[in-house]
Amino acid sequence: MDFNGFRVVWEGLTGHRGWKPLWRDPDPKPAYDIVIIGGGGGGLATAYYLATVFKEARIAVLEKGWLGGGNIGRNTTIIRSNYMLPGNQPFYEFSMKLWETLEQETNFNSMVSQRGILNLCHSDGQRDAFRRRGNAMILSGADAELLDTDAVRQMYPFLNFDNARFPIKGGLLQRRAGTARHDGVAWGYARGADRAGVDLIQNCEVTGLRIEAGAIKGVETTRGYIGAGKVGVAVAGSSSRVMQMAGLRLPIESHVLQAFVSEGLKPCIDGVITFGAGHFYVSQSDKGGLVFGGDIDGYNSYAQRGNLPVVEDVAEGAMALMPALGRARLLRSWGGLMDMSMDGSPIIDTTPVDGLYLNAGWCYGGFKATPASGYAFAHLLATGQPHPTATAYRLDRFARGLPIDEKGMGAQPNLH
Amino acid sequence: MLIPHPLLGLRDAQEFTYLGDASLMSPPPSDDPEALERHVHLRDNPAGLLRELWFHEQGDRSWLVVTRDTRTHEILGAELATDIRREGAR
Amino acid sequence: MTRLDGGHVDRTRALRFTFDGKRYTGHSGDTLASALMANGVRLVGRSFKYHRPRGIFSAGSEEPNALVTIGTGARAEPNSRATVVELHEGLAATSQNRWPSLGFDALQVNDLLSPFFAAGFYYKTFMQPAEFWEKLYEPMIRRAAGLGKLSMLPDPDAYGRGFLHCDLLVIGAGPAGLAASLTAARAGAEVVLADEDFALGGRLLAETHTLDDDDATAWIAATEAELRSLPNVRVLSRTTVFGTYDHGVFGAVERVGDHLPRPQTVRQTLWRITAKRSILAAGAIERHIPFAGNDRPGILLGGALRAYANRWSVTPQASETDRVAIFTSTDDGHRTALDLMAKGVPILAVIDPREDAPRLGNYPLRKGAVVSGAKGGRKGLSSIEITEGGRSDWFECAVLGVSGGWNPNVHLASHHRGRPEWSEADAQFLPPSELPPGMSVAGAAAGQGSTHGALASGAEAAKAALGLDTLPELPRAEDAPSRGMALWHVPGRGRAWVDFQNDVTVKDIALAHKENMRSVEHLKRWTTLGMATDQGKTANVTALAVMAELTGKTIPQTGTTVFRPPYTPVALGVLGGGDTGAHFRPRRLTPTHPWAKAQGAEFVEVGQWMRAQYFPQEGETHWRESVDREVLAVRSGVGLCDVTTLGKIDVQGKDAGEFLNRVYANMMGTLKVGRVRYGLMLRADGFLYDDGTCARMAEDHYVVTTTTANAGLVYRQMEFARQCLWPDLDVQLISTTDAWAQIAVAGPNSRALLERVVDGFDLSTESFPFMACADLTVCDGLRARLFRISFSGEHAYEIAVPARFGNAMMDRLMSLGQDLGATPYGTEALAVLRIEKGHAAGAELNGQTTAQMLGLGRMISRKKDSIGAVLSRREGLEADTRRLVGLQSVDPSQKIPAGAHLFTAGEARDLNTDQGWVTSACWSPHVEGHIALGFLAGGDGRMGEEVIAANPLEGQEVAVRVVSAHFFDPEGDRLRA
Repeated sequence: MDFNGFRVVWEGLTGHRGWKPLWRDPDPKPAYDIVIIGGGGGGLATAYYLATVFKEARIAVLEKGWLGGGNIGRNTTIIRSNYMLPGNQPFYEFSMKLWETLEQETNFNSMVSQRGILNLCHSDGQRDAFRRRGNAMILSGADAELLDTDAVRQMYPFLNFDNARFPIKGGLLQRRAGTARHDGVAWGYARGADRAGVDLIQNCEVTGLRIEAGAIKGVETTRGYIGAGKVGVAVAGSSSRVMQMAGLRLPIESHVLQAFVSEGLKPCIDGVITFGAGHFYVSQSDKGGLVFGGDIDGYNSYAQRGNLPVVEDVAEGAMALMPALGRARLLRSWGGLMDMSMDGSPIIDTTPVDGLYLNAGWCYGGFKATPASGYAFAHLLATGQPHPTATAYRLDRFARGLPIDEKGMGAQPNLH
Repeated sequence: MLIPHPLLGLRDAQEFTYLGDASLMSPPPSDDPEALERHVHLRDNPAGLLRELWFHEQGDRSWLVVTRDTRTHEILGAELATDIRREGAR
Repeated sequence: MTRLDGGHVDRTRALRFTFDGKRYTGHSGDTLASALMANGVRLVGRSFKYHRPRGIFSAGSEEPNALVTIGTGARAEPNSRATVVELHEGLAATSQNRWPSLGFDALQVNDLLSPFFAAGFYYKTFMQPAEFWEKLYEPMIRRAAGLGKLSMLPDPDAYGRGFLHCDLLVIGAGPAGLAASLTAARAGAEVVLADEDFALGGRLLAETHTLDDDDATAWIAATEAELRSLPNVRVLSRTTVFGTYDHGVFGAVERVGDHLPRPQTVRQTLWRITAKRSILAAGAIERHIPFAGNDRPGILLGGALRAYANRWSVTPQASETDRVAIFTSTDDGHRTALDLMAKGVPILAVIDPREDAPRLGNYPLRKGAVVSGAKGGRKGLSSIEITEGGRSDWFECAVLGVSGGWNPNVHLASHHRGRPEWSEADAQFLPPSELPPGMSVAGAAAGQGSTHGALASGAEAAKAALGLDTLPELPRAEDAPSRGMALWHVPGRGRAWVDFQNDVTVKDIALAHKENMRSVEHLKRWTTLGMATDQGKTANVTALAVMAELTGKTIPQTGTTVFRPPYTPVALGVLGGGDTGAHFRPRRLTPTHPWAKAQGAEFVEVGQWMRAQYFPQEGETHWRESVDREVLAVRSGVGLCDVTTLGKIDVQGKDAGEFLNRVYANMMGTLKVGRVRYGLMLRADGFLYDDGTCARMAEDHYVVTTTTANAGLVYRQMEFARQCLWPDLDVQLISTTDAWAQIAVAGPNSRALLERVVDGFDLSTESFPFMACADLTVCDGLRARLFRISFSGEHAYEIAVPARFGNAMMDRLMSLGQDLGATPYGTEALAVLRIEKGHAAGAELNGQTTAQMLGLGRMISRKKDSIGAVLSRREGLEADTRRLVGLQSVDPSQKIPAGAHLFTAGEARDLNTDQGWVTSACWSPHVEGHIALGFLAGGDGRMGEEVIAANPLEGQEVAVRVVSAHFFDPEGDRLRA
């Protein structure tokens, strides 16, 4: 069934009797050509592109909980391609281009909204670094603008220009960046994959990997053994746990990142604003909630919840930048499980086990990468070759001394 | 979170800076570059008990090895890193 | 509507307030909701999606409907629940999410269009053409969405922050909480009792129960008086505990001034409460029973109806002859009828679906019947449909109380992700068995619904938590079991609301089921159930049950929902109100700050320090005039610059040299006493971490410096090395950054100037050459340290004196150096000087660069091991050909933008042809042209080549010549002179 305005009106007039399930709930088959572990954004997008672009058949996505329940179900919805390093920027720009046509392609309104992202800067040195980054963006085919204080003031007059600890000296603006409705992205990919014949299997936790003679044969699950020609792992914060089943240690730590949403408010913040000096970023959802966040809590955690000091820290950042938010109320906070890598950049690669592939290390920035992450992982699974924009995301880059370290923080995940 | 400092008692975790897995205290010999690279970059990252390094930066500046459950944040103990390292060396 | 008899409002104190500009009067003790009710206001808000007219639904913080904006101007606070807003004189409330008025809202057209706005409709449309989303559809949706409006004016109020520590935190001051507090308090424990209400008593205030045959308020008052009299008890009313965090930490907000007419010094206080044990006694939240048209104003929770009548002496009747009905599936609803009758309210009927429903009094009872419909306009309910045995009739009725049973308020008990557990017998989710450590749950929150049960379980919980032997004597109280059946919704064709605020109906849940959005999380996200400001407090359990019915599964199989902090919404102002504005982060001032300020310096922040950026003199109109003058003064006379901010670490002990050998990439152990060496520090992964100087003051004593930005990090890293890697080395570290004021004295006249302050110390190059250091005294006996080091490339020194003498030292040097041309210089001139000399700073040491890239690869000693040395030899680092080079504008007047990318002349401009980037740039008075430093691929072999510095971001291209990074004195003659 195609979705469109006429269908919505017709169903409205006829009592919504014609709607069909967005996806099937198939039982797992004994074997698939390709099994994707993880039904979050990465896994669903991978399955979608495998089936639609790379024309693979016999694909299953195994999800231990509910589809879209990974970090794509809990994030601050920002999409952008404003990176600096050549290993990153073309990949994220590729992702941005996929965002721009996503909804028409999947026939699902994921509410991709190019409202712009503004990174504020507060010193000459930061401005120079932004210039270097903005130029890298333009050189990769993306858009970027360097704003001075007045231009920032025109965009967002309510920012704290007068009494700020860190005076606003300008900002790096990417107009094509913005937000997307995170659940809508997951559901769009899930529905698209299902329509292309992918079996999406929920409540199916992988409990073991069957490896013989150094090659993957299949996966043990809570719903029985499933044979697989290839297995792609896209489980974000659980990467270490799953790959441990294959005896692999990863350059990853799992950390908790809190995110926040306010009560619904009439429109007041148009685009995305980030305040690096104060660990705060914010946008406003279509429903009216301010969606905001800050730094990770900073310690390894699988608890999926954070602590009060970070809540206070983020709110202080909010108040320092936008004193007008004092009477907006925090409605809900949640803690996500982040697969923080040693250089802050992801891994899309083969592994020492034949037929076992890894897509991990997205830190707290996986959402914006969802389309390209899925596409590039599908490319690797289908062709055995890395996608041209993802050639740097190798697992052996640490051994070889080729990290992709945007922040220059070194091998300490909680600093990225 | 509260960290039971072995000398100072319960202290707010905000006084500390986090580093990570306490295995960082035990680098392999420098004549094995591959082992050293793995030491720097790879982690067990357990969902469960983790021995980890915290620096009492806003306090007495001692490094502690804290044993904490990463699933529940329950802290089972904290020791001075110096003591642990000396014991390990013996 | 006039007030009923009794109640707990102070009728002697009238309070004037406005709602949508209209004046009303209430009483002290009223909430805004009860005062509106007393004034006959039934329509108070509009729903989120369909803009349906809505009335007051509850009597507590679970309120989904009665959201208003309190206050005006910068103090306007949207989305306030009228049911918990304490009335005060002059309170101004405004309805929201309506235009042009609450009575006539243009967007109520959405209600007519509701067939097209079913759950998830927006995911299925608005896709064509693509660009219309941002231009048309989305702006339309955004304008329609949202609830209240933020003023976007800076919050004018102050907020407090405090810390409390206790043996026992009791959350909720109803019967269970009071009994728990009393038990613990009498045993001498440190107790904090917090309740969100402004009056203690909890549900007791809403009931007519007696305690020890007396009015319950007597016991509450006595208990409160006793608790407040005890030094070991802190009673926090108007305080909402909003989050359960790790290790017994709770977040709570006290509304200190919100109930007072005039702005107070502090509006609210954020408490961080650390409790050894806690008792959650937060009561229960009543659930309703969805039926067609159940969202009309005048339909409210039965328990709320009872609370309004008993505590505030009001009902939502428009006139006192209006008939009131009760729709209940539990015995509890019958009590509402009894209490209303006792106050003379006419009862239409008690409608109970149970064939064996009890009769508690002389009211019309319809057993085995349900309410199946409701009619009414925006003024609210006018009639209800009662269905019994297949027959339906309409009855005039203005008010309907709906009681579907109680949900224990387990929110705070499940913040650690413990899942509430379903009790089939009680048809309730009970607190999780895995509670946050130290917490126990008592009273209705634990399913103990009777007053006796609440009192007893509260006291028992305190006894168990503190390991006590005895319990205080508790008052005698009712212990009636409340039986009931679970009726999750009344089937029918009309729309039956489950989540009022977000307009989620039973039909929406059915549609979610049909579309396979069946897991709880899918249901919530697809329909927006539970996503409103009430976090679904009155909706989630009912929705789960409806979904369970549709799937044929049990409720626990269908799932539970995760509760997340905060329990009720918390203003960002109080969460982040601690350090705001200019005090957001600490500011560090250098020892010479007062002096620099007196000189009229401009300041700039460097790693929390405020450093003098430049010292404008009279007649200078542009910052560069000042900077050029300062640079030339250093190059021709002598300049003075406060460099205290550079990190200083004292390293002492027998093994200090060996320790530094392991920490620095180059050899430090061989350094002679009295000499200084430039040092490179690597990260464990082999990249450059920091640079600085190591001065050996004695055999067992070094003073090392770090960059300003990395001072704390390097110290931390060195302590890590000392404690965690090599605890057997005899070495001690202490940061002395703040202990010593350090002043750079740079320029050809630097020696001449210093000779005037040192106490008989020989500064000749023979006895104190370049890279020498010494302890000495200056100015007749002031101890000092002198280092002959140079960042500027000039003959230069850095002199350190105890921090409190820094300001005087600067003053002394300036006055003694008048004839030598002594000139203060700031960070801008410092930057120019170091760029001219090719010294690296923050832009070159950005964590992504290597010693090799700086041309310093050979400094990494192979004669010893040090942190990062081995990994610095990884192939990727070794193969990197980018080198630090100097860049000089071909046209000297053309500025080189820092952050530009470098390209081979004539090549395309893209990331594949990218050759490097410009790190730092300035106008060089020495070169008399614009110069820069940058990293260039193959840089060493490209001297003299003309490359392009491209800055497409700002539409610039500058032709630059690749030169040595040492623009100034490449041989170092000036340094050594």
